Amino acid sequence: MTASTKPSVLEMEAIAARHAHLLQSSSKKGLKQMLIGGGVVFYLVFSWWFFSIGHVLANANWGIAGTYLADWVSYEVRPEIAIAPDGTMAVSYQRNSPLGKNPNPQWVMLDKQEVTRTVEARSATTPAQKPKASSSFNFMAPNAALGAGGTTEQAATTTRTEQVVTRAVVTYDRATRIEIANKLVTATHAGESLTMKVDGADRVTAQTPLPRWATQKRPGEKVTLSFGFTGWAEIEGDEVSIRNRFFGWANFLFDTNSPYFGKSYGEVASLILSGDRIEPTRSNLSLAWDNILYNAEWQHLDVWTKMLQTVVMAFVGTLFASFIAFPLCFLAARNITPSRVTNQLVKRFFDFLRSVDMFIWALFFTRAFGPGPLAGISAIFFTDTGTLGKLYSEALENIDDKQREGVKSVGAAPIAVQRFGVLPQVLPVFASQALYFWESNTRSATIIGAVGAGGIGLKLWEAMRTNSDWENVAYMVLLILMVVFVFDSISNACRSRLMGGKAH
Amino acid sequence: MATSVLSRQLSENGALIERHWQELSSRRRLYTTLGLSILALTLFASLWFANDSNAGKFVDRLPHFFDFVGDLMPRDAMEIGRALLDLPSPYDDGSFKYNYPEGRLYLTDGVYIPEYVHKMLETVNIAIFSTVLGVFFGFILCFLAARNLMPNPWIRGGVRRLMEVLRAFPEVVIAGFFLAILSLGPIPAIAAVSIHTIGALGKLFFEVVENADMKPEEGLRAVGANWIERVWFGIVPQVMPNFVSYFLLRLEINVRASTIIGAVGGGGIGELLRLSIGQGHQAKTLAIVLLLFATIFAVDQFSAWLRRRLVGDQAFELAQ
Repeated sequence: MTASTKPSVLEMEAIAARHAHLLQSSSKKGLKQMLIGGGVVFYLVFSWWFFSIGHVLANANWGIAGTYLADWVSYEVRPEIAIAPDGTMAVSYQRNSPLGKNPNPQWVMLDKQEVTRTVEARSATTPAQKPKASSSFNFMAPNAALGAGGTTEQAATTTRTEQVVTRAVVTYDRATRIEIANKLVTATHAGESLTMKVDGADRVTAQTPLPRWATQKRPGEKVTLSFGFTGWAEIEGDEVSIRNRFFGWANFLFDTNSPYFGKSYGEVASLILSGDRIEPTRSNLSLAWDNILYNAEWQHLDVWTKMLQTVVMAFVGTLFASFIAFPLCFLAARNITPSRVTNQLVKRFFDFLRSVDMFIWALFFTRAFGPGPLAGISAIFFTDTGTLGKLYSEALENIDDKQREGVKSVGAAPIAVQRFGVLPQVLPVFASQALYFWESNTRSATIIGAVGAGGIGLKLWEAMRTNSDWENVAYMVLLILMVVFVFDSISNACRSRLMGGKAH
Repeated sequence: MATSVLSRQLSENGALIERHWQELSSRRRLYTTLGLSILALTLFASLWFANDSNAGKFVDRLPHFFDFVGDLMPRDAMEIGRALLDLPSPYDDGSFKYNYPEGRLYLTDGVYIPEYVHKMLETVNIAIFSTVLGVFFGFILCFLAARNLMPNPWIRGGVRRLMEVLRAFPEVVIAGFFLAILSLGPIPAIAAVSIHTIGALGKLFFEVVENADMKPEEGLRAVGANWIERVWFGIVPQVMPNFVSYFLLRLEINVRASTIIGAVGGGGIGELLRLSIGQGHQAKTLAIVLLLFATIFAVDQFSAWLRRRLVGDQAFELAQ
């Protein structure tokens, strides 16, 4: 079968000779494609140079990108273990630690001992507070009084009895742990272990060869251990800094100041339902609700208010724009208003409002009204009056003239002609367009918010600029995506009802 | 009363129809009234809320509503030209406000590009570059998301979800994230705009591909072409004009988007405009606004002209 359908060489040549123009690809076309391809490649190379992309990418801090991304969905707990020259230790936590005022987590095991000794003003039990490792966890409410960390400040030169830590074991996960005792630090990770000798002042000496996960720039200097997502540690001569990373958002409902902090859902539920009043003046439920709303780390009430502002900006702006565009579009439509001058004037006015762009209007109105949703409303209102006016007048110009003539022929007044001859045709289109812009403005209101026009945009931008509140950024992005999704669905459902399934 | 008089004159069936009609229309009126009053109520509540949470109150600040006109009034009309072309101003008092020559980009000793033109070119170039990147990846992804070319629902669904996420993710967050990693400059803006473009164009592209005529693809399949050959020779020539049209449409949008991203830290003309408005430099602001206006208008007109040539009038229906 195949043999019979396959033309012989002779036949092929005959066919090729008959249709020569089909087999020769047009040299003009080929040249054109070459030119376009070459132009695109040349442009890309030019832009690479213009933006110096290679240089910027090479200088970027990619290591920190991973940390920032991990911050979206996780948090760190940072115990600092200070080591004195005599081998005793003291453990302190970051200020505003997510574990609360007196952190005593299970994964840090401490052997304590009572010792009596003479302490000088700067003793090992008052570890010198190094400012560098201070937490910015609570940036969004820097004034929230969460109390000092777990250190006890005692600076008198006296003889006293005190508790010191003689052995500390930090367990990151099953394969990763750090043990500190007698000025000897032993780290175990992925089946390998590393022993280091610290002198309680400024020297670290590795006793065993460094595994891949450990780095030391020069002998005697600090050793950095990175355990991947579970965290990392820094070993210095007088201090071991632990960074243990946990998955999830810390203290999402109750912050460390709340009486409900650290309780399981069951305990909280039973407290609310049947417990004694924590504060005598109000019920436990209202206290819990209040604690959630004014959570110092997540600021739920503020975030929700800002989100509502964004939604309101889009809603009011689009609604007003359609109110103003509605009468104006009748003036702009050729077939409704016969005067060419009026048509052109109104149309150019729409073009002007549209082209100046929402962002420029937002900048101007932020100056007029101050930062807040009024500026956003005005910006959306100005831009959308232009856009909706243009779309409305185009819809009017495409109407079916027969209805209008019918109404006119029975002697209706001009207003009645519009009301019964024109409006029924265009009203669903108008409403559908308005809904569509309401939906898309909910999205774009986020970004004009970032230049000061109110809503969640500014809060989002501020949280990002600090480089440490990525978990708050993730929370707000999630909220925005959810709200946009809900309004998309509502607007799509309304539009497909209005247009009888033709909206998309 | 009028109904009862009317119905007495009608036949029994007629009266029934009349009554039904009356019921229907009164119900309709009720719904309309209800709907409108809910809308009005929401509107007033929204307005009150917006006013309440604003820094300046609406009534107090209303006289300042048209302040921006004053922000745009230079001392004389020639100032706009001087600000635009970086020529020295006669009002120069050493302050930054009238110091136009600052920021010139010298090509040679005598020839320079004015600052605003330079920044405007940078913004337009960000838009073009990120649109090209977006088209490239959107082009690759769209064939994997089209029902008629990708029978595997898992890949198709995955690619579509990916596009949705890229589209819906706020641009400002992407820009902020890259600003944190990279130094200040146009690359965060490029990343933000192109990631959004991949999602937006990918969706438009695969809808075009799904509407393509499958006969050429069938012919190629019959002679044993593989998937890539079928797509390249069967589908791409059909959809190319529409793709180019969408590329141009997106370019218009991206010129605006890269201006905004510039204002929040991505460089380019947007940042200069924000600073200039904030500091009340009338002539500079007006010069930038006019330049921006002219650029956006020129890009829109050029793209509309090219699109009409490529796909005829349907290019404008597609846009909606």
